[in-house]
Amino acid sequence: MDVLILAGGLSHERDVSIRSGRRVKDALESRGIRAKVADVDTSLIPTLRELSDDTVVWPLLHGAPGEDGSLQALLELVDVPFVGSRSREARVAWVKPVAKAVIARGGVSTPEYVTLPQALFREAGADQVLAALLDQFPLPLVVKPALGGSALGVSLVTEPDQLAQAMVQCFAYSDTAMFERAIIGTEVGVSVVGTGDSARVLPAVEVVCEGPYDYDARYNPGRVEYFTPARLDEVGTATVEAAALAVHRKLGLVDLSRIDMILDADGVAQVIDVNIAPGMTETSLFPQSIEASTADRGVLYERICAGALDRYRSR
Amino acid sequence: MTQSASGGNRLDPWLGSYASRAHNMRASEIRALFAVASRPEVVSLAGGMPYIGGLPLEEIGEMMRRLIVEQGETALQYGSGQGHENLREHITHVMALEGIHAHPDDVVVTTGSQQALDLVTTIFINPGDVIVAEAPSYVGALGVFRAHEADVVHVPMDENGLVPSLLEATLTRLQAEGKRVKFLYTVPNFHNPGGVTLSLERRPQVLEICKRFGVLVLEDNPYGLLGFDAEPLPAMRSMDPDGVIYLGSFSKTFAPGFRVGWAAAPHAAREKLVLAAESSILCPSNASQMAIASYLEHADWQGQIKKFREQYRERRDAMIEALEEYMPEASWNVPDGGFYVWVKLPEGLDSKSMLPRAVTARVAYVPGTAFYFDGSGSDYMRLSFCYPTPERIREGVRRLAEVVTAEMETVRIFGPHGTRTTATVQAPSPDLA
Repeated sequence: MDVLILAGGLSHERDVSIRSGRRVKDALESRGIRAKVADVDTSLIPTLRELSDDTVVWPLLHGAPGEDGSLQALLELVDVPFVGSRSREARVAWVKPVAKAVIARGGVSTPEYVTLPQALFREAGADQVLAALLDQFPLPLVVKPALGGSALGVSLVTEPDQLAQAMVQCFAYSDTAMFERAIIGTEVGVSVVGTGDSARVLPAVEVVCEGPYDYDARYNPGRVEYFTPARLDEVGTATVEAAALAVHRKLGLVDLSRIDMILDADGVAQVIDVNIAPGMTETSLFPQSIEASTADRGVLYERICAGALDRYRSR
Repeated sequence: MTQSASGGNRLDPWLGSYASRAHNMRASEIRALFAVASRPEVVSLAGGMPYIGGLPLEEIGEMMRRLIVEQGETALQYGSGQGHENLREHITHVMALEGIHAHPDDVVVTTGSQQALDLVTTIFINPGDVIVAEAPSYVGALGVFRAHEADVVHVPMDENGLVPSLLEATLTRLQAEGKRVKFLYTVPNFHNPGGVTLSLERRPQVLEICKRFGVLVLEDNPYGLLGFDAEPLPAMRSMDPDGVIYLGSFSKTFAPGFRVGWAAAPHAAREKLVLAAESSILCPSNASQMAIASYLEHADWQGQIKKFREQYRERRDAMIEALEEYMPEASWNVPDGGFYVWVKLPEGLDSKSMLPRAVTARVAYVPGTAFYFDGSGSDYMRLSFCYPTPERIREGVRRLAEVVTAEMETVRIFGPHGTRTTATVQAPSPDLA
């Protein structure tokens, strides 16, 4: 089996994606698998058309078009085996408010939210919209782009005078903002491998951050202390694992995902983000979960790739 | 060691071992955004990469071949810590073009002038010492100063460069506060990022003020020979050899890949620079130094600089014309040389907040915040015209204008907002066009 890892792209998370791609390549090569990293550009389709029958593609682009379903749609069009969720499910998971609606309908808790496009603020008057917002969502609240990852454009607003800056930063990444009630509790990332009923969770990683868990905290080691497995009791562990599996299955995710959530003071797991192409860098949560599970990264990645190839062949 | 006392993991086993000066050596989300700028779809007006395509590459290739074949045993060997004597002789001739009369012994060859900047800071700066610099100032210098735990106090410029009266007022204030100012760091010609040149009239004034306050002048001059119209102005060192350490570079007038720069310093400081350089890297690359010396001996290097000037002038013109056409709501200087245009954004816009929108629109610039020690300057951005073709520059400015329009709309809706300052690295890596 050979693996073509797609990493880079043109999203704001290109740098993270390239690092993820290299790490996955190293792990696969440790298993004797021939792995190659390629960017997504005009050479992609010719490359895909020339793949051998035993080559599987692993799309590791973070952000659009790697996580919004576009790249998956292209891979389906060219008809090559690939790791991860299909285009339709990826698209649902990518749009945060849509994913939250599906999750909530499936009985999993997610913080209360409202989604508002920039145009509405212009048309209805920003002051009035913000006043209405603050009536329903008292501070602190989280402002995040409706699309995107790596906490880019995300702000925790604790004072009213921070709101304008949070809005401008958010709309620099997306035309639509999502306002989410800030939840206090234990923040964990739960990685899931597998598909449907055979999906299983890896040990949850607890994130304890000095200040917001922003880009700096995620990719510059030091500000975040990780606990793997998370310091949760049996009930708490079962709660977050059940929530992660439920989200993975409800959204129809394939092969792997990472579900981020906060276990609140009432012991409820509040899902705050879904990642269908979770980061694989030195500081990412997914590889930490694997390490805590005592599995070998290379072995697990090989299994994921082999599973994707088998699935394609047995269609 | 990776595990903390609380049982958690910070993913860095040496977290408690770093020097305090390393704490701010962190990548920022702004730096991550620059990763996209390496893609051909993006018009990067961010980096300061010279237009190497304008060099006679075949001729240089043959020169390098001959160097290794005929003098390889020297070129590939260790060399002198102060630098190759033949090259130092040539460097005195280069500096003579700007009025400097120096002896080869006054020169220390370094790995790019960036290393010279580091060496000067090493021998002069204790933690907490003050360095005075133009506002804004070269991002690479600010990084060196921060790494040496200096405090940087900026002095404003106008269209004629550093304002002497404001320099004097700043030094007076710092003296009254009991602060120890070690040197003035200045880029007098075609400033990076400001684009302006310190006028001939002001040069002796600045030197006199610094002498009166006992402040050394660090004259960083990578762009002095890249003026578009006039002959180079006399270097500040030509007016006060004992009060000025001069930094020069072949990165802009020839090629940065050789990593050859130099410092010309008063003799006592020069001795310390040589010792510091030997501690740091033993010696600069012999191969690079001999290649540069060969280029200066055998190639029409002054003719090449003239070609560069014409190419950069054409690009400067393309950028200014595009700014006039597409971005009339902004303001900017028109540089007479160098690589950069310093653009003031319409009121309320924050160049750092706006960068993700620009990257989405496939254009990149460097936010003004990178050029201020305290992270201010968010109402400015630096545009480089050195690398893209005139057509790409025009397209880049057109895209940028759309970004500015969209950002203005957002700011109109939500009102101007305060800027978050940060000490993280916000400039692109040097290999970014």
